[in-house]
Amino acid sequence: MRRVIEGSQAVAEAVRLAHVQVVSAYPITPQTHIVETISDYCEKGLMQARFMRMEGEQSCLAALIGAQLMGVRTFTATSSQGLAYMHELLHWTSGARLPIVMAEVNRALAPGWNIWADQTDSLSQRDTGWIQIYCEDGQEVFDSTLIAYRLAEAVNLPVMVVLDAFYLSHTYEPVDIPNEEDAYRFLPPYAPRFRMSTADPRSFSGLVPPCDYMEMRNDIALAMEDVLPQEVQIEAEFASIFGRRYSAIETVNCDDAEIVFLTSATITSTTRLVVQKLREQGEKVGLLKIRLFRPFPTDLLREALKNVQKVAVIDRNFSFGTSGIFAQELRAALCNFSPKPLVFGYIAGIGGRDVTPDVIEDIYRKTKATATPDENGVWIGLKEKDHGC
Amino acid sequence: MDAELMERELMLSGHVGCPGCGAAIAMRFFLKAMGEKIVIVLPACCWSIIAGPYPQSTLKTPIIHCAFETAASTASGVRAALDMLGDTETKVVAWAGDGGTFDIGFQALSGAVERNEDFLYVCYDNEAYMNTGIQRSSSTPYGAWTTTTPGHDWKKMRKKNIVEALVAHRIPYVATASIAFPDDLIRKAQKAKEIKGSRFLHIYASCPTGWRIPSEMSVKIARMAVQTNIFPLYEVEDGKNYTINYKPREYLVREYFRLQGRFRHLTDHDLDQIQDMVDEDWQRLLAKA
Repeated sequence: MRRVIEGSQAVAEAVRLAHVQVVSAYPITPQTHIVETISDYCEKGLMQARFMRMEGEQSCLAALIGAQLMGVRTFTATSSQGLAYMHELLHWTSGARLPIVMAEVNRALAPGWNIWADQTDSLSQRDTGWIQIYCEDGQEVFDSTLIAYRLAEAVNLPVMVVLDAFYLSHTYEPVDIPNEEDAYRFLPPYAPRFRMSTADPRSFSGLVPPCDYMEMRNDIALAMEDVLPQEVQIEAEFASIFGRRYSAIETVNCDDAEIVFLTSATITSTTRLVVQKLREQGEKVGLLKIRLFRPFPTDLLREALKNVQKVAVIDRNFSFGTSGIFAQELRAALCNFSPKPLVFGYIAGIGGRDVTPDVIEDIYRKTKATATPDENGVWIGLKEKDHGC
Repeated sequence: MDAELMERELMLSGHVGCPGCGAAIAMRFFLKAMGEKIVIVLPACCWSIIAGPYPQSTLKTPIIHCAFETAASTASGVRAALDMLGDTETKVVAWAGDGGTFDIGFQALSGAVERNEDFLYVCYDNEAYMNTGIQRSSSTPYGAWTTTTPGHDWKKMRKKNIVEALVAHRIPYVATASIAFPDDLIRKAQKAKEIKGSRFLHIYASCPTGWRIPSEMSVKIARMAVQTNIFPLYEVEDGKNYTINYKPREYLVREYFRLQGRFRHLTDHDLDQIQDMVDEDWQRLLAKA
């Protein structure tokens, strides 16, 4: 059934249909509509879940770690400062191999306080062993949340479903919500590979000496390597039931393109329009959307970009001292490969600043006119500053 | 202690605690009371080591090791999952040191007991960060030497009164216990086991390594802490009904202090001051009981 709902509600609908058993929550703008909706579903009996009202984000994730270890399906949602506060336990979740799913609303980090869209919060958690899926619209948010459970449980690693603050979390769009039966067919009840039990008492997550720790970490690395093949299979199954097909990356007009935009999340939607317009003007331009950021789809990117001359990466995020993070990751993915395109990095939309079609066209023109990329990235739309740094 | 409990051993020999470790004694007695149908949530503390390294375990119960500050929140999640699975028989225990309870885990603990989470939280208190090598915690008593309160910088603040902090949350059951009074400890654990909601047990667990005492003095020192009124044995139900379990004062504070290397630097004047503090705390407790 198609309903006009917020991105936040799309998350909640998927969590309801996933038969999640334990949900923990601590409020942070712009995540609140997700957990408020779930709280409402629990109260109305639409979901048979324990809704835990925690006293902080760190405790939210800790509670889920405890719950998931006992063998139930779990969910939490957070954003920005809340995610940063969880950092230690993000590592703990993947280290303990727990398939926890989290919705993470991309919001800028303080100071100064800024509640608007910015990807630096989730991208700075890239080394924590979480699978990360970046969503473009409400439908993709819903679908990715359901898919996230399948993926997480297939490899025993946690998944972050990432959506832009306000542009997605608070924007109403038509979203197709499947019936219980179809959702159940795609995502049956949780069947944990391992659960803590008094019948088979074990000690879990304790002290591991150097003689064993390294193998355990290698197991996580191997599980991450298994994500892409698993993802292909799960997406195919999803498409056969629901008729919508996703993949780790999506390419638009890349085959004959000389310049390709590389985008993620909602900036992608705007870029689609710009590519269409530029194509009508005869420009050889394409679009590559990254949906799966962890694991990074290196082989797919190499293949998709092998005949492209220039890639214009639009980063709504920044790693101080290097560049935009998608650009950085792309350069690393391409460096041992040839032929490869030149990577132009652009920093745009930081702290929720609007990335309009004009901004994207400006990026195109700059890329076309420039022979050698600036390795630090080019900040787009900066105002004149009358002060030093 | 009845014969069945005497026989029941859920803690195996071969743990890796120090000789005379009060925390190991505390666990052994505690498990006798609790039985096998429990899940233990264990944050970073001496017991993370005492329990044994992978792939070994000294306990015959499940142990979930968790991050330092998360004993109460992890235990909340364990309980939620058991409830969702319909398992009401299995009890959830958080077993944490004083650092993980008084300091870094205090927010999670306060949050969990405010929600009246159905678990038994046990703090075994050795009065400093012993696992990391004797650093001061907010449980370290006034006057103590630690590696972060050395020389003239010995601790000049009173020990945080964690029991009263928990009582202020009006939870169903808060009690103190000591490794030197095993019958009392076991009775309280058994009582706590059967109560619904948040229960808190504060167990005094001497640390020969950190307190600078011979290992064979471990139990004697713990007993003297009760007999000096430094660590009174009492229970508080529903945040208001106080019962003091052991009353006669048999030693002056200075006799307890003089046996421990961590207090060696204190003058008679300091000890008089400490005696006054202990007397004052005791009077306040009596007034509530």
